Amino acid sequence: MAEVTLTKLNKYFDTTHVVKDVDLQIRDKEFMVFVGPSGCGKTTTLRMIAGLEAVSSGDIRIENTVVNQVPPMDRDIAMVFQNYALYPHMSVASNMAFGLKMRKFPRDQIQDRIKRAAAILGIENLLGRKPRQLSGGQRQRVALGRAIVRDPKVFLFDEPLSNLDAKLRVQMRVELKKLHERLAVTSIYVTHDQVEAMTLGDRVVVMRDGVVQQVGEPLELYNRPANRFVAGFIGSPAMNFADVTISDQGGKVVAEATGLKIVLPGELAARARTHMNGAGTRATLGIRPEDIHVAGAADSPDHCLEAEVEVVEQLGSEILLDTRVGQALVVASIDPNVRVRTHDKLKLALNPERLHLFDPETEKAF
Amino acid sequence: MAVTAVPGMVGGRQPLPWMRKLEDERWLAFTLLLPTAILLGLFIAYPFVEGIFLALSDARVGDPGHFVGLKNFAKLWDDSIFWTSVWNTFWYTAVTTVFKLALGLWLAMLLNRHFRGKAIVRAFILLPFIIPTVLSTFAWKWMFDPTFSVINWTLFNLGFIKARINWLGDPSLAMTSIIVVNIWRGVPFFAISLLAGLQTISPELNEAAAIDGARPWARFWLITWPLLLPVTMVVMLFSVIQTFADFQLVYVMTGGGPANATHLFATYAYQIGIGTGLLSQGAAVSLAMFPFLFLIVVIQLLYIRRVEVR
Amino acid sequence: MIEGAVWRKWVFYNIPLILFVFVLLFPFYWMIITSFRPDGELYRPWNAVNYQPFWTNKPTLEHFVYLFEETDFGQWMINTMFIAVTSTLISLFCGVLAGYALARLNFPFAGSLGTVIFVTYLVPQTLLFIPLAEIIRNFHLGDTPWSLILTYPTFLIPFCTWLMMGYFKAIPKELEECARIDGASRFKAMVYIIVPIAVPGILSAGIIAFTLSWNEFIYALVFLSSPEEKTVAVGVTSELIRGDVFFWGSLMAGALLGSVPVAIVYSFFVEHYVSGLTGSVKG
Repeated sequence: MAEVTLTKLNKYFDTTHVVKDVDLQIRDKEFMVFVGPSGCGKTTTLRMIAGLEAVSSGDIRIENTVVNQVPPMDRDIAMVFQNYALYPHMSVASNMAFGLKMRKFPRDQIQDRIKRAAAILGIENLLGRKPRQLSGGQRQRVALGRAIVRDPKVFLFDEPLSNLDAKLRVQMRVELKKLHERLAVTSIYVTHDQVEAMTLGDRVVVMRDGVVQQVGEPLELYNRPANRFVAGFIGSPAMNFADVTISDQGGKVVAEATGLKIVLPGELAARARTHMNGAGTRATLGIRPEDIHVAGAADSPDHCLEAEVEVVEQLGSEILLDTRVGQALVVASIDPNVRVRTHDKLKLALNPERLHLFDPETEKAF
Repeated sequence: MAVTAVPGMVGGRQPLPWMRKLEDERWLAFTLLLPTAILLGLFIAYPFVEGIFLALSDARVGDPGHFVGLKNFAKLWDDSIFWTSVWNTFWYTAVTTVFKLALGLWLAMLLNRHFRGKAIVRAFILLPFIIPTVLSTFAWKWMFDPTFSVINWTLFNLGFIKARINWLGDPSLAMTSIIVVNIWRGVPFFAISLLAGLQTISPELNEAAAIDGARPWARFWLITWPLLLPVTMVVMLFSVIQTFADFQLVYVMTGGGPANATHLFATYAYQIGIGTGLLSQGAAVSLAMFPFLFLIVVIQLLYIRRVEVR
Repeated sequence: MIEGAVWRKWVFYNIPLILFVFVLLFPFYWMIITSFRPDGELYRPWNAVNYQPFWTNKPTLEHFVYLFEETDFGQWMINTMFIAVTSTLISLFCGVLAGYALARLNFPFAGSLGTVIFVTYLVPQTLLFIPLAEIIRNFHLGDTPWSLILTYPTFLIPFCTWLMMGYFKAIPKELEECARIDGASRFKAMVYIIVPIAVPGILSAGIIAFTLSWNEFIYALVFLSSPEEKTVAVGVTSELIRGDVFFWGSLMAGALLGSVPVAIVYSFFVEHYVSGLTGSVKG
């Protein structure tokens, strides 16, 4: 049972406050992903869990023991670094053996574990090589192998895939996922790539400026982002936002901006109502590109808007349209078989169930 | 209209013929290397050959002398002062190098972390290496002065000694005193060079080793030391050669005394060749240094190559 | 990384560092305090009751006055400066050209010539000073600044060349190719494109070459004989010691003043100095 618990965790570098009051419980065997833009404090949090950075205030518990003062070597964790940090003067086998040797494992057991880990990762033929004789993907595997042989309580990953090319990254992502299912060890994974976060995480922590924005399962973050930042960060292409005024017009809640008038559907209308104070409450309306399509006969005019096409990006599986709606730019992802050209004027329909509203000041979701 | 193409001409002006020649890489390289070749040929290659001739002659100041074969070297073979200087040179080089490496590496590790005023500390630490050796050595000679020594005063008042120590007058102590000064002057060079080497080792490696369970001592020997080895070897190479051929320190501190007990190759060569005017004999002493230097360089370069290939 | 308690930091890092700094700098303090101390205090035995090593209550300039009135110290400074600057400029000129050729041009034996330069870089002055003295005499350069200006480059040029090779190698080849396509000759591409980019390297090489020639001793000792031709290091050594008698106050004053120019140059270009020093070691 290896739970990791962070309580009111803070980190200052001199006077800069980089991690602010992080509270988090990572369950046993869970794959937890920290995601956020660079400088959001995710890596610092990971390094505090590893014991590489001292904690400024708050507690880190591994298996209910506070480890704030425990040096990294005594925490029984393994970490995969962004640049792999393979020992350049040691062979692959020695790299993997190092942690076990340090812990005074008997020789045959070390050999045994290396063999097993190498088989899992398919690097048996590389064991005699030096790191600089390996390709990026192979180094990545060795770094993973070095972590696996240790059989630690917790795996830590610091952007391990960011140095790989796009194709290899997708491949390694799949392997990491399989590996976690096979080993079932608590894992904490830091990335700036929301796709990695969505695909790998059992749960995802979104951070910005040292503050946790939302913790939840990937779909939860996608469907019900807690604030405008999470909404914009998760999902690709990013969610469209428009500044609107919402008002009650004859029992219907309507969101308006120049060139745009949308009637909010039932549940969202109800939530919006609780935030309304008088006529013309300002709000931010959000809709994902994939929740927009070219309007057909079945679409109610309540959820439609007039758009002018500025750029057409044919991706094969979909078309991304950059369109202008009044003052706002709206990106839509539409059926690849629709014929559209630049400067076409067309009517787009929004999926009303998938509209989001945010408070323009606090950026919190309605 | 017929256009006559002028090969190589870009603008309207025809380049000078010798400038055109410089477009050939080999000619350009030859031209660029010429001044260096002349100076080095005239003042390194020529004196080297001249030195060999001198050592094989019986020349004195003002007397070109005659060829005498290996007579000078035979004489050295029977010269006990010469053997003392050979022994001194090896002892001096070995002891100072070990200490300079150990202390320099220690200092480099102390500097390889973040603390306030690091830049200033680093700048000041290099001073012993920057300041002209002869001048700073005089400060040491004054500190070692038997009658007025501040070191004696300090040791006495701390209760370590009862009577004065004659630092430079006692043959066995004199060498030690010189060694101390050489270490003092050399440690900054080691520290700053090794610090640069340390900074090329990714801190991630140390972190990875820490997570792998290595204690600081193990991290040093298993990660830092092997990775620093190539830089260490080059620094050692420079230092060993400089120390082996050292002159200034001994010249100022003891002049080879007391009773010729602290001579090195260079100071002994100076004493014979310039001091007493026996140019040929002095050149022979200097030249006797060459095979040793040559061996040191070859061994170290081979070792460096092996270390770097790993 | 978690290092543990504060006392550990002091015991393992701060105190050793303070000790290092103290030992490395104390001789300079000693040099300074001695040069301002009156003779009466200076020649008081260490076990005398009123021996007061670390401070003086009656600072005096008498040693400095002696230095300038009774010796050619001012002339020595001028000599040293002239010799150091001129030999540095000559060495930089040769070193930059040679470094460029060895690092960026393809010609037969380029590699072995590089090795030759490295080996000459390792030749100590003490190996050749006696035959060199003969040669200097034969060229009738003895007892003139030119005996040093022409011989110092023998150890400065290999150093400058070696250092500049490192800097030149780091500049991408495309820059030159682009300049040549734009119509520059090889020579002009070197002078107008590559050399200006290497200015930090040239500065480093120049500063170190300057300190090295200021520091040089044995050639100056052997090649110069008249008091008014000497450099600081040699002048101080030979003119302030009469037989067994050391004029310690003036010696230290001379050492102090003789160190000032290098210290000034160094303080202005610490970063260049350090990068040159470490660059020459990395090779």
